[in-house]
Amino acid sequence: MSVKSYRQAFNEAIRQEMERDERVIVMGEDISGGMGAPGEDDAWGGVLGVTKGLMPQFGRERVLDTPISESAFIGCAAGAAATGLRPVAELMFVDFMGVCFDQIFNQAAKFRYMFGGKAVTPLVIRTMYGAGFRAASQHSQCLYPLFTHIPGLKVALPSNAYEAKGLMTQAIRDDDPVVIFEHKAMYDEEMEVPDEAYGIPFGEANVTREGDDVTLVAFGRMVNLANEAADSLSASGITCTVVDPRTTSPLDTETILETVSETGRLVVIDEAHPRCNMATDISALVSQEIFSDLKAPVKMVTSPHCPVPFSPALEDLYIPSTAKIEAAVREVLGKGH
Amino acid sequence: MSGNIEPILMPKWGLAMEEGMLVEWQVEEGDTIEKGQEIADIETTKITNAFESPMSGQLRRFVTMDGETVPVGFLLAVCAEDDVDDAEIDGYVRDFKDNFVLDEAAAGAAEPETVEILPGQSIRYMTMGSGGAEPILFVHGFGGGFDNWMLNQEALSENLQTYAVDLPGHGGSTKQVGDGDLASMTDMLHSFMTVMKIERAHLVGHSMGGGIALDLAYRYPSQVASLSLIAPVGFGSDINMEYIDGFITQTRARKLRAVIELLVDDPTGISPDMIEEIIKYKRLDGVGPALERLRDSIMPNGQQARLLNDRLDDLVVPAQVFWGQNDKIIPASHAEGLPERIRVNLYDNTGHMPHMERANEVNALISAIANG
Repeated sequence: MSVKSYRQAFNEAIRQEMERDERVIVMGEDISGGMGAPGEDDAWGGVLGVTKGLMPQFGRERVLDTPISESAFIGCAAGAAATGLRPVAELMFVDFMGVCFDQIFNQAAKFRYMFGGKAVTPLVIRTMYGAGFRAASQHSQCLYPLFTHIPGLKVALPSNAYEAKGLMTQAIRDDDPVVIFEHKAMYDEEMEVPDEAYGIPFGEANVTREGDDVTLVAFGRMVNLANEAADSLSASGITCTVVDPRTTSPLDTETILETVSETGRLVVIDEAHPRCNMATDISALVSQEIFSDLKAPVKMVTSPHCPVPFSPALEDLYIPSTAKIEAAVREVLGKGH
Repeated sequence: MSGNIEPILMPKWGLAMEEGMLVEWQVEEGDTIEKGQEIADIETTKITNAFESPMSGQLRRFVTMDGETVPVGFLLAVCAEDDVDDAEIDGYVRDFKDNFVLDEAAAGAAEPETVEILPGQSIRYMTMGSGGAEPILFVHGFGGGFDNWMLNQEALSENLQTYAVDLPGHGGSTKQVGDGDLASMTDMLHSFMTVMKIERAHLVGHSMGGGIALDLAYRYPSQVASLSLIAPVGFGSDINMEYIDGFITQTRARKLRAVIELLVDDPTGISPDMIEEIIKYKRLDGVGPALERLRDSIMPNGQQARLLNDRLDDLVVPAQVFWGQNDKIIPASHAEGLPERIRVNLYDNTGHMPHMERANEVNALISAIANG
């Protein structure tokens, strides 16, 4: 056990799986850097350094810098997965999905189904998401709801370094295509992470706080904000249950329904745009299954329905905050709070 | 005069403890307290437990009040004789607070270490204290780890060196458990003693670890100075498989909590962090198969495979047995009919964990046997 950053946790998971299974390869733009050029090798290690050190250890055969063509290398990774390798491909920013989405949703996601269950596609796509990095509207989006929509894809959103290592390891060991979302504003956040390898099963939510008054369901980086809001509210006697579903597909509906039934109140926190996102999905689930258990209308805390602003002041306003979460909790509790 | 003023400090229970909350004082200012008396309830992120006074004297002043959270090593209260006046106590408390620095090194002083017992197979252990002819060696039970002795090891390390191991398949040790039976676990514990040059030790074993300790005493009688067995396996065929199977299979906090609660008589002290730590341990590569192998070898078909109590008359070393009357894992009736020279200590309102639930009493008896 030692203190590791969110960045190191991903790196260690990939490295340990590459050591354990020689079929695991990694590929993407500048994931090492310097391939085929006379300059410094492994100068980049990925645009934010997550894959640094893998090429020197495993060589160019297993760590591939690719051309700037997402449709080519994501398609290549899907094919490699279908023919026996276990590729971990980096789609640098999820905002770039547009140029390679056919390879993901109409090819990789469909292979098992279209080939009558005879094909497996152990493909992992790592991708960065999220605002707060001053990277403007084309490099800051939270597009996981789009992937969650597609049957045949699994979608994971690690909310801290411990979760990052376990979910990354599980993604590599899974026989279906998995898209794992790394929040770019969290790479330097540190915590105790075991040195040994471990996987966290998909579809098992993590209940990070237990309370009586309101259930908060939050995704990815928003889990930390929900925890902070819950801790702050407990000082004024309001106790919250916080649920981190960990994966949006598969989704642990059982834990969500059970914890919302207990408190009778739900606030969903989702950094994605408010239409057709995880917050609307969870709200629909709860109102369809346990409407009679609700003591108050469901409240969603999301970003607004507009592109991520480049102005730092506006970007800060755009992202859900602990203050907005606390206000939503007080609102569902009604007057007097 | 302040030489007559004695501080009572926030204890350190286990590796992860950095601070603790004084839930409630169980005594009043002005009371005369005895060493070992339960004087307060203290809550850590892992556990809530009774705090036993480290000294006898007159408790003159509470410094940490009910509900306050303070770092390990901070002043909880002050003891002093009648002839020390209040102003001196005020000065002592003020000096303590002025000079108190959060010593992270001291708060986390002891760190576990790792040693290789066979090529590629290592054992993690915690050692504390020094001195004494023979050290104490703590051996935990199924699914446990060295931190199970958080209320015992430090207390018993005052004048002896102590070791607490993670058994194979557990904690930070190798996840290879050989055949998974008691004999192979004994072999690996004996290898640990050999590598660590522990020629002879006072063995303290809990549950499965009690069976291992007893097996080691039979096979290497010259290397065991005394035996303290806490709710050990090997004294009868009963074992609660609901606990064993639940521990292996439950991956969710709530369902696992219901299983872990079987361990103790009063489950309110079990914190969410403790459950979370067990879940994290169970996720480590190799742990699932290791636990299943131990279960299948040591308790196949829902019963304990090996009885060890038929040879108790052969034992030459001092031995004592501890059992909670309300043990829901291995019944206290297994402590009946033992040879007279083995002291049996039974505790009311206590479950499978007397070393945690009755830490002071158990510590005193282990100290007595280990210090001759």
